[in-house]
Amino acid sequence: MYKYDAIDQKLVDERVNQYEGQLSRYLNKELSDEEFRPLRLQNGLYIQRHAPMLRVAIPYGLLSSVQLRKLSLIADKYDRGYGHFSTRQNIQFNWPMLEDTPKILKELALVEMHAIQTSGNCIRNITTDQFSGVTPDEIVDPRYVAEIIRQWSTFHPEFALLPRKFKIAVTGSKKDRAIVQAHDIGLEFFLNQENKRAIKVWVGGGLGRTPILGSVIKEDLAWEHILTYCEAILRVYNLYGRRDNMYKARIKILVKALGIEHFRELVEQEWKFIKDGPNTIDESELKRVASFFTDPPYEKHTQNKINDHLDNKLFKQWLDRCTHSHKNKGYRSVTLSLKANHQAPGDATSEQMRLVADLADEYSFGEVRVSHEQNLILADVQEDNLFDLWEKAKSKNLATPNVGLLTDIVCCPGGDFCSLANAKSIPIAESIQEVFEDMDYLHDIGEIDLNISGCMNACGHHHVGHIGILGVDKDGSEWYQVTLGGNQGNFASIGKVIGPSFSAEEMPAVITKIIGTYTAQRHLDESFIDCVVRIGLEPFKVSVYGAKEVKS
Amino acid sequence: MSSQLITDNAIVKDEWVTVIPPEAAKEVRKQAGKVVMFKLTGEDSPSEDQINATVLPESGKILLPLKVYLKNKDALKDRLANNEIGIWVDTHEEIESFKSEINDINQFPLIAVRVGKFADGRIFSIGTQLRIKFQYKNDLRAFGDVLRDQLFFLKRTGFNSYLIREDRDPHDALLALNDFSNPYQGAADNSNPAWKRFDRNQQGSD
Repeated sequence: MYKYDAIDQKLVDERVNQYEGQLSRYLNKELSDEEFRPLRLQNGLYIQRHAPMLRVAIPYGLLSSVQLRKLSLIADKYDRGYGHFSTRQNIQFNWPMLEDTPKILKELALVEMHAIQTSGNCIRNITTDQFSGVTPDEIVDPRYVAEIIRQWSTFHPEFALLPRKFKIAVTGSKKDRAIVQAHDIGLEFFLNQENKRAIKVWVGGGLGRTPILGSVIKEDLAWEHILTYCEAILRVYNLYGRRDNMYKARIKILVKALGIEHFRELVEQEWKFIKDGPNTIDESELKRVASFFTDPPYEKHTQNKINDHLDNKLFKQWLDRCTHSHKNKGYRSVTLSLKANHQAPGDATSEQMRLVADLADEYSFGEVRVSHEQNLILADVQEDNLFDLWEKAKSKNLATPNVGLLTDIVCCPGGDFCSLANAKSIPIAESIQEVFEDMDYLHDIGEIDLNISGCMNACGHHHVGHIGILGVDKDGSEWYQVTLGGNQGNFASIGKVIGPSFSAEEMPAVITKIIGTYTAQRHLDESFIDCVVRIGLEPFKVSVYGAKEVKS
Repeated sequence: MSSQLITDNAIVKDEWVTVIPPEAAKEVRKQAGKVVMFKLTGEDSPSEDQINATVLPESGKILLPLKVYLKNKDALKDRLANNEIGIWVDTHEEIESFKSEINDINQFPLIAVRVGKFADGRIFSIGTQLRIKFQYKNDLRAFGDVLRDQLFFLKRTGFNSYLIREDRDPHDALLALNDFSNPYQGAADNSNPAWKRFDRNQQGSD
């Protein structure tokens, strides 16, 4: 993975000093709340319900075991012994003291980490496929371009105070695991007709209050132009995006208002002046950054030890659900589920973090990844070691074989922590997980994405969940709206609302009815989402609301 | 010397008189996105009435709203040749749409951009466009809600002059110009990204 040189390290160290100064000016009342707000947000600091929340960047979801141990130490020393991995591959601490935040940042800087631009109206953490570099369906490894974009976007002076937040995702595989179409800019690598690395550029996608999938602004952009082209897009957005109404300030609203044709024209006009300019990436810089993302020294020989354990039903279940095919023979990628029952989705205790760091050192070249589904991944595990790894992971509740299944719920922190939320989301996830405890039944239901957001900001990505749950506020009480038919990946779609919302108590029964309808109606081997697409929403509505209600 | 003006890394006396049009009779919704694009205001700011009511000092260096200058262009010819005329725009104005009326942008010794609110980052794109797209070479000033924590970004987007808000100490603000020693990306102040400024293959992290 990428290692800081003196330039990277100095920038992060200088940032800590700058932030420390800003905080002390705020505490000395030289800065008002309003003036400090954009400054603290650009450093991932929210003022939340109970305490400030600090969001730490995990660039494109990549962590070393050393970094993960540091996060566990911060969780113990400055928080309550746990952290929350978010849908944007970051980690959030919910209980730090405001005065401690510079100390936390200093600790992070020691292991090449920071909280730069994890919030605020600027370019956020670049996200990508959690299986980059190891997945067999990869065309171009997106990590090094993600790193180049990370550097370019860090303290980009022109885009420091945009109309609204700005999210960029990159994918380089046939199967899109980074939801590029739901980002302000989505970059999809492919090899063009001349067999050169090229990028399909999507713009104006986003979830939130107004979910819209992105439009293609450029079909075939040569990779070296990626920074200048993004610069042109962002300049047009910065100048023309709405600033009068924060709910209409995302780039998706601008793209929609102008139409993609007109928007593209404006971008091309700006691009003319900077195309081929100094920010054009050259081969040598690409080579330098790419050299950090080479293959680890894979073991060539396998003893097929795994065969000794295939009759262990629980192990086999885990193997099927939580390990993924790897480009290298004899290796698998492993997902450690952070979705055990009675644990808030995406939360990991400091003890769990330490174990994962140890497992990474022992079995996966000291590297860990965070997925946008809020799980942790060991990308390069030899098949011979899978059984040992499984037993160790089980000891800290990290081997629930539910990855991709109903209880692998994607969920924001919700009303328990977040001051933006209309409703709680974690207890809804827990109540659903409790109803679906039977692993055999879960496996029988098969692959299904359930996403929960506590408000329309959609941090739980509920719009692209096969089943989406959105917390809404009705006259001061918490209600839940259900959508069906959302999807991520190459066939991304936005889910449709099935009808009036439900109380928290009703939710487990509602999900049970939806699943019941699916299992009754499905064809052999038909997945939930395929079934929804085939039979439509009607049968589900009838099962949930009753035939009479639906008709009226 | 008491001055709120920083130019080229030093606190200096302001030689320019900034001319502000009288308040509009009713408030113009200029915080909206560019008027042109969203047609939210339906009216120009400053309005024709405001432009006509603006009083021009008869001598000395004057910094005029772009539209006031254009209105009085012929009468100001000699003073322009004498380097006494600068122009300023608000962040919602588009310099590009007036380009045809200005033959040479470098005839102005000073161009300024007024930023209404700290969070209005349009000023950074306007500075970048002035320097890179329009090749403007002379003094570029930010005024309005200009505070310490914008300064580094303003410097990088081509501004070399900053009129710090009245209630803040410009000496304190001056420190922010050195917040970061080696930024990553090329920008208006230094167009080369870090990888072109340094041989990063030689840099060790330890």
